[in-house]
Amino acid sequence: MDMFRILVVDDEVDFLETIVNRLKKRKLFATGVTSGEEALTLLKEQLFDVIILDIKMPGGMDGIEALREIKKIQPLVEVILLTGHASVETSIEGMKLGAFDYCLKPIKFEDLLQKMAAAFGKKSTHDKKIRDAKIQELIRYPSKVFDQD
Amino acid sequence: MAFYQRKFIYKNLKRKITTIILCVAIFPLIFLGETIYYRFAKTYEEKIEDQIKYRTRSLSDAVEVFLRERTAILATIVDTRSFDDLKQQENLARMFKVISRRTDGLIDLGVIDSAGQHLAYSGPYNLKGLKYFQQAWFNEVMTKGKYISNVYMGYRQLPHFVIAVRGYSNGRGWILRATVDSDIFNQLVRTAQTGMSGDAYIINKNGIYQTAPRFSGKILGKSNIPLTLFGQGTTVAEKIKANGKAKHVAGTWLKNNEWLLVITQDVGDEKGGLLTTRNTEIIIIVFGCLAIIMTTFFAMRMIFNHLEEVDKGISELNDQLIQSDKMAALGKMATGIAHEINNPLAIIGEKAGWMRDLLDEEKFQESENFKEYEQSVDKIEEHVERARKITHNMLGFARRMEHRLDDVDINNVLNQTLELLQSHAQTSNIKISKDFQSELPIIASDQSQLQQVFLNLINNAIDAVEKDGLIEVKTRKKDSQIVVAIKDNGPGIDEEHLKKVFDPFFTTKETGKGTGLGLSVSYNIIKKLGGIIKAESKLSEGAVFSIKLPIKIPDKK
Repeated sequence: MDMFRILVVDDEVDFLETIVNRLKKRKLFATGVTSGEEALTLLKEQLFDVIILDIKMPGGMDGIEALREIKKIQPLVEVILLTGHASVETSIEGMKLGAFDYCLKPIKFEDLLQKMAAAFGKKSTHDKKIRDAKIQELIRYPSKVFDQD
Repeated sequence: MAFYQRKFIYKNLKRKITTIILCVAIFPLIFLGETIYYRFAKTYEEKIEDQIKYRTRSLSDAVEVFLRERTAILATIVDTRSFDDLKQQENLARMFKVISRRTDGLIDLGVIDSAGQHLAYSGPYNLKGLKYFQQAWFNEVMTKGKYISNVYMGYRQLPHFVIAVRGYSNGRGWILRATVDSDIFNQLVRTAQTGMSGDAYIINKNGIYQTAPRFSGKILGKSNIPLTLFGQGTTVAEKIKANGKAKHVAGTWLKNNEWLLVITQDVGDEKGGLLTTRNTEIIIIVFGCLAIIMTTFFAMRMIFNHLEEVDKGISELNDQLIQSDKMAALGKMATGIAHEINNPLAIIGEKAGWMRDLLDEEKFQESENFKEYEQSVDKIEEHVERARKITHNMLGFARRMEHRLDDVDINNVLNQTLELLQSHAQTSNIKISKDFQSELPIIASDQSQLQQVFLNLINNAIDAVEKDGLIEVKTRKKDSQIVVAIKDNGPGIDEEHLKKVFDPFFTTKETGKGTGLGLSVSYNIIKKLGGIIKAESKLSEGAVFSIKLPIKIPDKK
């Protein structure tokens, strides 16, 4: 199995640090940033499998806005929205924009891990399908692939 | 304005309107009645006067005809038969016989010569040979040619009067004289003595009765009628009697103003019809007034009771709206607080989790207080979980986001709802029993709205039971429906209220305690979800609210 890469975006530094520490403690590759802008910058440089994204982040872009931009940069990344301020509107908007799930704080860490695992599973399947399709394409049209490179 | 103040204003207003309506309705009624009666009485009196006048005139005509007829008979005999012929006793008797056969009212017939000597007589008395030369009437007949006497006693000592006609024989005057039967004459006059108090009689110009009056006085007695009352033609006067009763007196002069025919009648006797009319009218007016008064009072009471009822309703509605506003504001505040608490709660939870992670490290496990640390972290996590449940339940709809929107496990929703209300029920010593059918199908529905409905129904059941009671919550699958029944052993709902329980703003709770919206909202939610909600109850046997929801399998599972 590939290395499980997780990005946590939350303006609550205490929460962010703790979550990241706990993930790292479980030998997971976890990075934390405190704003949507920082997350976008990071995503341009580095690939992630799952993003835990807070919705309400005062001072900068909110989670929904960040989600929209994230999906532009890395369309295959799975995003779990995690917020203390749930609303019907943001949940619907989030799901429409392709979020994997929408969770309300506080959430049991084990439940969060499960959701991340499910999201990672989904992404892995997706990645595998793409990889298989590429291999098939390579077998059928090797020249095309070489041309692209 | 407070309700009791409005009540006071209504009371004043009611009094004013009632007074105005009564004045406007009753006074014109009385005035109208009085006017009609006055006009009617006037017309009636005129009629009475006309009637008595007519009677007097008719009778006077009859008397005049009676006298004229008999005078004409005598005059015809005088003109057609000779003195020598009639002075023979047998001839006169034959003539009297013929006359008596053709006409009535004459008692006797006599022939008197110019010296006043009664030469021949036919009749019941023996008057032949009597001399009348000295008597006033003899000279008057001789002078005027014909004469009708006043009633007098004469030789026969009975009231009578005579009709005499003068004739000539060989240049000397003679007289044919007849006596009129007083009884027949009296009978003729008495025909006008009508009713209980009607009287009719004739007096001469000296006020002496010529016929017998019905009540006071006798023939040839003196009448106390003032003759000056009566002028030419027929005169009607109202005269007060001694006993205080008024009577109408009508009179007309007869026999060249020598006799006066008088007809009298008590006013009361004649006005009997008028009095009956007056009494009827008074009864109608009294009943009319009573009807107006009663109708006014009843109508006013009805209108003002209705007005007060409406006012009370509006007042309660206002209170309820204020209450709803308060509840809405409170709800909003609670949601805000729940949101704000979620973030710190998440930090506490994660920090505790982090502490547990660290405690798992080997070196900490060897620590002397490891157990204490671990227990403390357990407690922190336990209470974070408790707080999490509270805030998530408060948010209700937010909880839905944790699950699939269209995935509803009815038993689960009921469990969550009961969890929220458990402590409320326990404080009132109310037992909530669950009888859930296991493996109910998961249906496509709106979880948060269903939770709101269950919350309303169970909360109402708790309020109804008040304390020391039992609430049974049952779920069953029946055909293509899921049935949820919430039964309480409270006081029940009476039939009248049962019809209204789902009406908006209908509540039996004290003002300020219930908005009257809970069941109405629940009804609408269930209807929108394609289900049916029903209330059944009997007084003192509790109530059952049952919900039937269609089993719709969610699209994605």
